[in-house]
Amino acid sequence: MNLAGRPARVSVWALGLLPLLALLWDFALDGLGPEPVERITHHTGKWALRMLLLCLAVTPLRRGLGWRTLQPHRRTLGLLAFTYASLHFATYLVFDLDFRFGELAEDVQKRPYITVGFATLALLALLAVTSTRGWMRRLGRRWTKLHRGVYLAAVGAPVHFAWSVKADLAEPLVYASVAGVLLALRLRPLTHRIGRSDANYATLPRSTKTGIGNPSGTKGETTEVW
Amino acid sequence: MLIRKASDIRSGEITEPELYLRRRDFIRSAALGAGSAAVSAPILTACFADEQAGAETPPRARAVRALGDVRPAPPEYRLDERPTSYEDATTYNNFYELGTDKGDPARNAHKLRTEPWSVVVEGEVGKPGRIALEDLIAAHALEERVYRMRCVEAWSMVIPWVGIPLGDVLRRVEPTSKARFVAFETLLDPEQLPGQRRAILDWPYQEGLRLDEAMHPLSILAVGMYGRTLPGQNGAPLRLVVPWKYGFKGIKSIVRIRLQSRQPDTSWNQSAPREYGFYANVNPEVDHPRWSQARERRIGEWRKRPSLPFNGYADQVAGLYRGMDLRKSF
Repeated sequence: MNLAGRPARVSVWALGLLPLLALLWDFALDGLGPEPVERITHHTGKWALRMLLLCLAVTPLRRGLGWRTLQPHRRTLGLLAFTYASLHFATYLVFDLDFRFGELAEDVQKRPYITVGFATLALLALLAVTSTRGWMRRLGRRWTKLHRGVYLAAVGAPVHFAWSVKADLAEPLVYASVAGVLLALRLRPLTHRIGRSDANYATLPRSTKTGIGNPSGTKGETTEVW
Repeated sequence: MLIRKASDIRSGEITEPELYLRRRDFIRSAALGAGSAAVSAPILTACFADEQAGAETPPRARAVRALGDVRPAPPEYRLDERPTSYEDATTYNNFYELGTDKGDPARNAHKLRTEPWSVVVEGEVGKPGRIALEDLIAAHALEERVYRMRCVEAWSMVIPWVGIPLGDVLRRVEPTSKARFVAFETLLDPEQLPGQRRAILDWPYQEGLRLDEAMHPLSILAVGMYGRTLPGQNGAPLRLVVPWKYGFKGIKSIVRIRLQSRQPDTSWNQSAPREYGFYANVNPEVDHPRWSQARERRIGEWRKRPSLPFNGYADQVAGLYRGMDLRKSF
């Protein structure tokens, strides 16, 4: 079975949208509890964060364990993170702000956790828009640099979460720790040590590097980053 | 989902207790086509809804029972708004001693043993001592009060409390001339209140009022809600209700009341002094540093509504703060 092909990609999308389906199911059955808006906000926010962390786990898993078939799913997971983050924001805009855009501007300026959350969402939007092959071609090597921005999102999202809670930091700290580990795995010395199984990756035929890597066709240097 | 503004709701439409107590059961059975049976369910059934609702209902304290001889709320203390459903008011709670998730307190409430219960009254009083809860209550007539409850997190409920005026209780223990503040303390027992095993706040929870606030007729010590004894998650068996202040002032499961001359330390104020003041009067003009207090979401509604100065009790209590800068004394 081809775990990197189109059916597999569609399956990842389908699986990734299950949490949304669960939310809609609860909504239909009046099962969202006493405060549905808070429930939707937390649910979409946490799934955005989980998808982002799964997305960031792809490259270390490939490098460390040689799971190459995961690679094409990285983009899907990134887009799922953006999807949930957008729903998270939409919930806030519709039910908390009632479309008062003036207050949105005020919140973004005045409230640091919203500033961070909004900036993270904007960044994910930029990465989602430029995640297509067309944009990879157009941006060439700059695409790689731009998409390193996902590291910033991996910092921003847990900070936004932690900053929003009243006193109990336990849950946000779990996410922050996972993000921290995933980011630490990118540090150069660690990358070199665990990167052995990846040594030949850059020289593999292009067809196996589905979707990502070396878009500008430059040789010798891997454009494989996150 | 039908959303209506409070102004659209006439008092005649306010749901009878037997219906709001069983709202979700009603919705569920209506969906199953058994609606008529639920509508005609007698009050007695409603009182034992916990047992009847089956596995889907979160576990609640078994100790909850109907309260007799409750004087109905006088008009000035009866808010003309639709009370929050009993289910929502008992499954969406902030009581960190029983867990920080809103659903945790209802899940863990069975660990809290409320009988026997006594309260230590001490400090600047003529009659200090330990008073059994029954004796504390027996000296007063139980009254219903239908109040708004506004949480500092910008959500709100309408709750029919049952309790006794705090002022009457304090007068009985004869405050001395030095008494200017009242300090309250929650039970400290990590076995019964497992949330206390983690140092989220500096346990035991402490709250306090200025003596004139405590003597105000709106301030009560609640022992029940919706005509029944308080469930654990709502602060059984004895909690403070000060309706013009943010909900965190309403300290739960009280074991100690101390009258004193200096302003008492209060838990949230000590935890984050920039965010939570001693007074904590509901004030839409003064934002929490991290969020706006201008609007609130009434539980059961999707859109937010404007918050009111002193939670709508300005006529009765604004005078207590004459001459004070409420931006500084937030």
